[in-house]
Amino acid sequence: MTEVFDRSWSGWLRPDGRKGVRNLVLVIYTVQCAAHVAHAIAAGEDDVQVIGFPGCYDNQYAIRLVLSLARHPNVGAVLSVGLGCEYTQPARIAEAVEKSGRPADAFFIQDVGGTRSSTEKGKAIVRSLRDRIHRETPRVPMGFADLILGAECGGSDGTSGLVGNPAVGRLFDRVVDAGGSAICEEIVEMIGLRDIILDRAADDRARGELEAAYAKAERYCREVRQYSVSPGNFAGGLTTIEEKSMGAFAKSGSRPLQGVIKVGETPPWPGMWVMDSVPDAHFMQFGYTNPNDTEGIMDLISGGSQIVLFITGRGSVIGSPVAPLIKVTGNSRTFSRMHEDMDFDAGRVLAGEMTLDQCADELGAMVADVAGGMPSKPEALGHREYFVMYKHQDTPDLDRGCRSAA
Amino acid sequence: MTTAFQIHAADNVATLLGDAEDRVVLHGEAGGDVALLRPIALGHKVAVADIAAGEAVVKFGIPIGTASAAIARGDWVHLHNCISGFDERSGDFDVITGAGKDMRYD
Repeated sequence: MTEVFDRSWSGWLRPDGRKGVRNLVLVIYTVQCAAHVAHAIAAGEDDVQVIGFPGCYDNQYAIRLVLSLARHPNVGAVLSVGLGCEYTQPARIAEAVEKSGRPADAFFIQDVGGTRSSTEKGKAIVRSLRDRIHRETPRVPMGFADLILGAECGGSDGTSGLVGNPAVGRLFDRVVDAGGSAICEEIVEMIGLRDIILDRAADDRARGELEAAYAKAERYCREVRQYSVSPGNFAGGLTTIEEKSMGAFAKSGSRPLQGVIKVGETPPWPGMWVMDSVPDAHFMQFGYTNPNDTEGIMDLISGGSQIVLFITGRGSVIGSPVAPLIKVTGNSRTFSRMHEDMDFDAGRVLAGEMTLDQCADELGAMVADVAGGMPSKPEALGHREYFVMYKHQDTPDLDRGCRSAA
Repeated sequence: MTTAFQIHAADNVATLLGDAEDRVVLHGEAGGDVALLRPIALGHKVAVADIAAGEAVVKFGIPIGTASAAIARGDWVHLHNCISGFDERSGDFDVITGAGKDMRYD
């Protein structure tokens, strides 16, 4: 263990005991018709970000996902804005957020007037909420043991499995050893690795959870006839889903897998976790697993990740609301071509300039810097892409005990 | 000379760390060099052994697909000669762009 993983910084303490690395006001719209007003409210406001659900008809999965983001450790307060006709209720969201000890407010645009009057009202509310959480949120020391890190890969190429994902996997080993947690999802990018994954299970319970999640993912891919490998991956040198899976799975490192959580669920105890984002069997069968990288990133944030690492060989220009995104590439050519968007060049390992351990240390130092307030590149550029979709996933029973109250 | 990285001792392919025209030097679990039968790009795979049609293509020590044609040492291993054991669209992707050839746009 190197001293990097002993570092500490100042975090924000939430009423449920979790610690955040940002202190944000989140504006949440409850139907696409309220999206413009929500964005107008947040425009030009520091520490105010937007997420929303586009559908008019409500969906239990989407409500659970939105609530997990509203009560995320990086979020201090919430304003929920609806149009007025939709099923999803902004006041119910505000009520649930208030129960978590955070200030919250809500209104319908139809009750206020129109675009301008709703924007003015919303701005007054978010400014007052922001003042309040800046004044009242306790600052506390925070370290790697308080972190949950997420990892997503997107735009993978031949370097992702060689070094981009292994570098993050090595970082996750260090974080888990320091008492922290890490989550990767993308079970559809574990296709072909059944036995390898099951061998990593911490115990029989974890093995059972992983086995069930893997079987569901394989059945799902077969039925929708879609595997998580794309033209960009092929052009970058990946030939099959099995090859991509093995590279993708490397980001989980080498520590025992504690089990499977679903979208919106926080790991019940520290360690390395796998998130199941695959839809459960449902008569309508709609919804692809992860239509894009942004959805997977939002899923990881819904699991309580305060920071997400995004590994991309081909390059990408996305970011995320709620939790900062750190962009890692194993392809030094991509790093130099897209340096304005890429945070970290793990390709230096392939060039023989550093070992994987040194790479994990340097990446750990960057995570600590970002946790301490340094904006990541996507954050500084203002990228706040989000994606909340209809999906069907059952809420699991509280059978593991000692789950977070949030 | 461009390096190709062989991850596992059981692998019959190595991944190129740069673009190469005629020859790569092997690093990782193998040494020596391999004469290329054609130019191969960064991130793509070169066969480090002869692979018969129907045999497994092995990378990371696991089968990542099946050779759909005989592959000679030094040849490019990709969509034209290696197919997935899971993805039924595999084998029907354009070898350069990776785009599916089974969708209609008219």
